[in-house]
Amino acid sequence: MLRLIPIAVLLLLLAPIAVGTAIVLLAALGWAPEFNARTTNLEMFSAVLQAPGMWHSVWLSYWVGLIAALVSLGIVILFVAAFIDTRGFRLISAAIKPVLAVPHAAAAFGLLFLIAPSGFLVRLVSPELTGFMRPPDWLIVNDPGGHAMLAGLIIKEIPFLFFVTMAALPQTDPRRAEIATSLGFGHIWGWLISVFPAIYFQIRLPVFAVIVFATSTIDVALVLGPVNPPPLAVRVLHWMNDPDVSLRLTAAAGALVQLGVTLAALLSWFALEKLVAVLARMATLRGWRFQRDHLVAAFAGGAISLSVGLVLLGIALLLIWSFTGMWRFPNLLPDSWTVSSWNTQGANIFETGRRAFIIALAAASFSLVLVLASLENEYRGDIKINDLTWWVIYVPLLVPQIAFIGGLSFLFLRLGIDGTLWAVVLVHMVFVYPYVYLTLADPWNAFDTRFLAVARTLGKSVNRVFWTIRLPMLLRPVLASFALGFAVSIAQYLPTLLIGAGRQPTITTEAIALAAGGNRRLIGIYALMQTVMPFVIFALASLVPRFVWRNRRALQVGGAR
Amino acid sequence: MSSSLKTNRDAQDGAGLVDVQGDAGLVLEQIEISDARAPLLSVNAKIPPGEVLTLMGPSGVGKSTLISAISGFLPRAFTCRGRILLGGNDITTLPPEQRRVGVLFQDTLLFPHFSVLENVLYALPPGGSMKQRCEEALGLLAAVSLRNFAERDPETLSGGQKARVALVRVLASRPRALLLDEPFSKLDADLRDSVRQLVFAEVRRRNLPTLLVTHDQGDADIAEGPILTLDSGKI
Repeated sequence: MLRLIPIAVLLLLLAPIAVGTAIVLLAALGWAPEFNARTTNLEMFSAVLQAPGMWHSVWLSYWVGLIAALVSLGIVILFVAAFIDTRGFRLISAAIKPVLAVPHAAAAFGLLFLIAPSGFLVRLVSPELTGFMRPPDWLIVNDPGGHAMLAGLIIKEIPFLFFVTMAALPQTDPRRAEIATSLGFGHIWGWLISVFPAIYFQIRLPVFAVIVFATSTIDVALVLGPVNPPPLAVRVLHWMNDPDVSLRLTAAAGALVQLGVTLAALLSWFALEKLVAVLARMATLRGWRFQRDHLVAAFAGGAISLSVGLVLLGIALLLIWSFTGMWRFPNLLPDSWTVSSWNTQGANIFETGRRAFIIALAAASFSLVLVLASLENEYRGDIKINDLTWWVIYVPLLVPQIAFIGGLSFLFLRLGIDGTLWAVVLVHMVFVYPYVYLTLADPWNAFDTRFLAVARTLGKSVNRVFWTIRLPMLLRPVLASFALGFAVSIAQYLPTLLIGAGRQPTITTEAIALAAGGNRRLIGIYALMQTVMPFVIFALASLVPRFVWRNRRALQVGGAR
Repeated sequence: MSSSLKTNRDAQDGAGLVDVQGDAGLVLEQIEISDARAPLLSVNAKIPPGEVLTLMGPSGVGKSTLISAISGFLPRAFTCRGRILLGGNDITTLPPEQRRVGVLFQDTLLFPHFSVLENVLYALPPGGSMKQRCEEALGLLAAVSLRNFAERDPETLSGGQKARVALVRVLASRPRALLLDEPFSKLDADLRDSVRQLVFAEVRRRNLPTLLVTHDQGDADIAEGPILTLDSGKI
């Protein structure tokens, strides 16, 4: 049984993407029997490329994706270089943890409430500094240039990249940086040339995943992005959802163009990698020391604090708005409070929240079982994960969702399982499994397997040892990976919408559907609930092991082992 | 039957410390371990019941690999030829849990999620009522003066106490042979001696064929058995 697990995982991760993309490709060429289309030509592509404003959409997706990755990676790396092993570093590490659990859409809504012309930041300085008695006529959010969307992406990618960097740190030698400093290199530069290359080698795939996500984001774009024209992925979604089903074929062609745009961004990134390597080498060979790095340190510290602060403050604003009765500009706080928004939405919150909960619970549980089986199979078979396997695990994060989810929805329509809850769970698992695996693999493999050897020599079978020794001892990381999987599922927008065929509304699809309407009280409620659900699971995942092992010192956080 | 442990002060009678004898000891018959490139070591030895064979040699010559081969955990990178006989039975291809070979490692490796008592209970072979099992486990702990520590978190014990629990735990599983992988090297000098005495006394009293791997001459002296020195991989 266990030996078949790798095949099951391979099927789960690759089949939906391969099949979905293939169907999209055929549909783009005009062959989609479910919509009575049986031709093959390139008409759809010319329709896509001739759509008004298309080149602007393409350009938006490309540059926003690239810059989001560049800026968030730059901030994280400079911050780590400048502040590692300081108190400020530990402070940020602690504060950034909850931010990781905040869904993209909720963070985007929070940012919207902060930076909009009638938002909290303008109110903070009005009318005293600005003289504004009514919101200024500025195009801050939904700006045609996509800067608000860029900011929304950056504040969510920073915690992600921070965490993957943290995970890579223990495998590098910090003494290298000390040697560099003792040779007279500046603190930051010394770390960058001595420690960073080894770290970057390990976080390359996550960085690619950021580029892929940012070039094809839909939820953040719908909240903060330009409207006319929107970025490419949003236009593809509009075609997908158009009542005119013939536009599904245009959508398929658009999805392939999206694939091309993402690929172009990745290729540009590869070129950038080369350029940076050449420049760094030049600077090193010339012996530059870059000793005056205080400004850089201040910038990195300020930027990362600002990013964390914006998300947390944004969440607070979601809470405030959800209880707001009347809130006139430029008052800093609501004029009156009310629970009426909660009351009117109660039934629907419960309904969509419960559905999101069931989907996330199922997707995270099944994924966890698969991940545990994979890891146990690797242990029993003495299998070492090679580079190719890492790529396979990352594949769902390296292909834009819109490129294959549409194709999958066509397939499910053909099979008659579109719009079912379990189809949604299955597709969520494609994205949940990688995160659960990636968070659990390190602690699982770091486990001292001599404990298992001892138990075996005491007469216990390999299965019994798994259940009685390894699983309970690794309870904390196991639950933590489950919680992350749960959070990933809750945040899924596109798979829920398209595979659910609109018949499985969750708290997340409801929240994003409200974006266009602009009712801040309702947005506050749904986006807040979307944040609270994963947060509660994360809290439980951290409290349960603490309680269960309260009398076991070695298993406490910071315990002996 | 009463316990004969030297540190036994509050000896409790009971089911504890049952003798299990192998008839013919532990036989390592033409054992040859090699990795992909070259042979590592070859051993041909017979350890009678109650005797300690000490294997000495610098680190990296494959002493621990021999221990993993006998206990059934030889990594895939290695191959092992020859036969391992215990009490007349060929255990070469048995899974570790059926070999009845107890191992003490350098670290005590007490299960941190179990109490001291649970560690011992886990090792007791299945069977008997919970009450009987607890009594047996407590009897074993009493024999090493740790009865009062039964409910403790192992992590709160001292190094010497942990070592004694590890010994009790491995004995509770009623092994037919014992493998000692430098089990004293992490103990303080004063503790080391008393734990060593305790272990070897128990080995003799239970007539366990025992293989000790060490690079400490002091261990070998107290073991009082034959000594094999491993340097170029040949014994």
